[in-house]
Amino acid sequence: MKIYIRATGNISPQKTFGHQFLTESLEHTGDRLTCVEPDYKDIIDVKLIRRMSRIIKMGVASAIECLKESGVAIPDAITTGTAYGCLEDTGVFLTKMVEHNEELLTPTAFIQSTHNTIGAQIALMLQCHNYNNAFVHRGFSFESALLDGMMLLLEKEANNVLVGGIDEITNISHTILKRMGLYKREAISNLDLFTTNSKGTIAGEGAAFFLLTNQSSVNDYAVLDGIHTFYKPATIKETEQQILSFLSAQSINVGDIDLIITGRNGDSRNDEVYDQLQKSIFTTHRLINYKHLCGEYPTSTAFALWTAANIIKTASIPTAISNEISKNKLKKILIYNQYQNIHHSLLLLSAC
Amino acid sequence: MKSTVFVAGIGAISAIGNNVAECLTALENEAAGIGDIHHLQTVHRNKLPVAEVKLTNEELALKAGLSSTISRTALLSMVAAKEALDDAAIENISSLRTGFISANSVGGMDKSEDFFAEFLANNTKGKLRNVVNHECGAVTELVSDKLGIKNYITTISTACSSSANAIFLAARLIKQNMLDVVVAGGTDALTKFTLNGFNTLMILDQQLCKPFDENRKGLNLGEGAGYVVLVSEKVAASLKKDVYCELSGYANANDAYHQTASSPEGTGSFLAMTGALEKSGLQPSDIDYINLHGTGTQNNDIAEGTAIKRLFADHYPKMSSTKSFTGHTLGACGGLEAVFSALAIKHSIIYPNLRLETPMVDLPFVPERKLVKNVPVKNVMSNSFGFGGNCSSLIFSKL
Amino acid sequence: MDKLINDLKVQIIAQLNLQIKPEDIGDDQPLFADGLGLDSIDALELIVLLQQHYKIKLSNAEDGPKVFKSVKTMADYITAHQPKV
Repeated sequence: MKIYIRATGNISPQKTFGHQFLTESLEHTGDRLTCVEPDYKDIIDVKLIRRMSRIIKMGVASAIECLKESGVAIPDAITTGTAYGCLEDTGVFLTKMVEHNEELLTPTAFIQSTHNTIGAQIALMLQCHNYNNAFVHRGFSFESALLDGMMLLLEKEANNVLVGGIDEITNISHTILKRMGLYKREAISNLDLFTTNSKGTIAGEGAAFFLLTNQSSVNDYAVLDGIHTFYKPATIKETEQQILSFLSAQSINVGDIDLIITGRNGDSRNDEVYDQLQKSIFTTHRLINYKHLCGEYPTSTAFALWTAANIIKTASIPTAISNEISKNKLKKILIYNQYQNIHHSLLLLSAC
Repeated sequence: MKSTVFVAGIGAISAIGNNVAECLTALENEAAGIGDIHHLQTVHRNKLPVAEVKLTNEELALKAGLSSTISRTALLSMVAAKEALDDAAIENISSLRTGFISANSVGGMDKSEDFFAEFLANNTKGKLRNVVNHECGAVTELVSDKLGIKNYITTISTACSSSANAIFLAARLIKQNMLDVVVAGGTDALTKFTLNGFNTLMILDQQLCKPFDENRKGLNLGEGAGYVVLVSEKVAASLKKDVYCELSGYANANDAYHQTASSPEGTGSFLAMTGALEKSGLQPSDIDYINLHGTGTQNNDIAEGTAIKRLFADHYPKMSSTKSFTGHTLGACGGLEAVFSALAIKHSIIYPNLRLETPMVDLPFVPERKLVKNVPVKNVMSNSFGFGGNCSSLIFSKL
Repeated sequence: MDKLINDLKVQIIAQLNLQIKPEDIGDDQPLFADGLGLDSIDALELIVLLQQHYKIKLSNAEDGPKVFKSVKTMADYITAHQPKV
């Protein structure tokens, strides 16, 4: 059984909402890439919006865009992945709790802070009583949601699944993560992310949804061949082995891949893995990157998937991503993302 | 060919016991664990009853073999997960594809809320080590790292149905031949965040909760962790010890009615229970015991009760809410109650629903008020219904 | 009373994040169900509003529907129960 990516929806730090495929690349300077958001009043009922914080609006709007494109009114299942959850509401509730010493607190921020709120709000809006799950596991959050969705299709429990990856930056979260030394000390342009050889990356955020189905149609973006995640490999050899085993399980070898998209994030420590692989198993490929467009965040693989799916659909690579790749054949794309050598993800896509 | 998934090990820690044996003794002796707040530093001390685990973080850390400076949520998780793995006693586990699927609602919030107080006053203050494991997934990894599990690890957070969904996913991964053994369940420690959050919803009982009582006033929050070790048929066949039972049915549905309230007809509950029965191939009349979600809130109990009325019409099995013992342990309740379900099958017992004085007027059945022993308990349904309309039901069956 | 009613409208809009103006809420307009369409979460928010702005504690959530029927009933309740300074 093949799994098709029928539709997508993406709100990101680039102009991606409304199915725009990176016709221009937006420059952000500083250590933080924030999303280009639509006017939500055009997309979501005003009466519902008042109860939605920013991340929920982002998630719901991109889910709606995806469903519209798919022609599916009510999906057979909804799975979401978010590592940080609804940070804004968490921060609001915590702040009030501290400032008012646990008195006079109101419920809205608390209710909205729960990690399954995005998926739940989508179900509520659609009156979708079907399977609904939410994953909150760091750099595997989106991948877990994707695997769950793919399994439902393979198990024939669903014919289509809406899968999303969402994470946001808030002032509070950014301050804390910055203190942890994750980001560049100096202000840089995101477009120079891979040329400044220094520690730290840039923060990003985004909400991307996909409608996966086991029934093909003329409008499908691509086939999602497979997914594999692995955790804290002990050596680079183990990393290579995991990647090669994944490809072998897909009955291909490295030479069959037309394009490799990596999660290089401009942090010289983090990117060592990609440097090593470029010299070993990926030596015959040029690796292209995506995090200069969306920043680094735990569910960024969703942005990479969106990018890869669009590359296959349009049979082209926008210059925002790269203008150095031969565009002869773009039928098999491997996405490889890893963060601090802890969470490694592999996704393989093919043309339909 | 339909493959089967078995429960080979169980582990638990809650307000009624620091391990499975202690929890079982308490259940048999009608000894609830709900009372005054001792560990949590909150203005609600002496006002709101909760079901705390009766150990300090230092004591938990010793049991867990982890540092006492890490989140209580992780400590509870480690204690229960380790007990479950030891109980399963799988000799060649290092050669098997092993997963850890955990669940919790607010991750390491117990530490983050302490950090936050200092941070708010001055954002250069507050110990970073208190927030480095804030994320739900970070708590899971503290435990999976200690247990040495890395083939597949993930965390689910769907409010009160979280750990039921974790167990459900684990079964599917085994059936899809992606894993051979999975430790699955959930954990949650009491935090000011959740205590205050639930308080704003005005669904906390200021006395001990009375699930399924006509005059119930709300729930009592609890903490704890519960895990099962699920194994494939092949692994089960290699074990020296008997397995507890089979996970024969499971389903996940969404109420899609309101962010926190259940629909009066209990739509999500009905769909989850129906789906679990379909998956198991059983009829409603085959269920011997329902471990109710039974939080004690006005809303849940009538919604769940109405759904049961619809589904089981006239063939009402025995049922009870063990939350009358353990309080509502949020992300842990599905896991904890899965452990209790397995024990009910093994020991042929049905737990009492404590403090039920006046049966609910609108329901044609009454949960068991006394412990029932030596009855056939072949099929147990365990319900977990949460905020966001996330409803899940699991069915465990005797071999 | 008019000032109280107007203040209440402003406070309700702020507390519940409503995208309307005070003039859009009728004094006697039902706040819940068909009127302004508020729900049980909003009722809880209004309970806190009473406490925060008017120092009145509504400890029984079941009284909510009566008290919060309209802005006018809220104003009447506040006038009747406001603690004397």
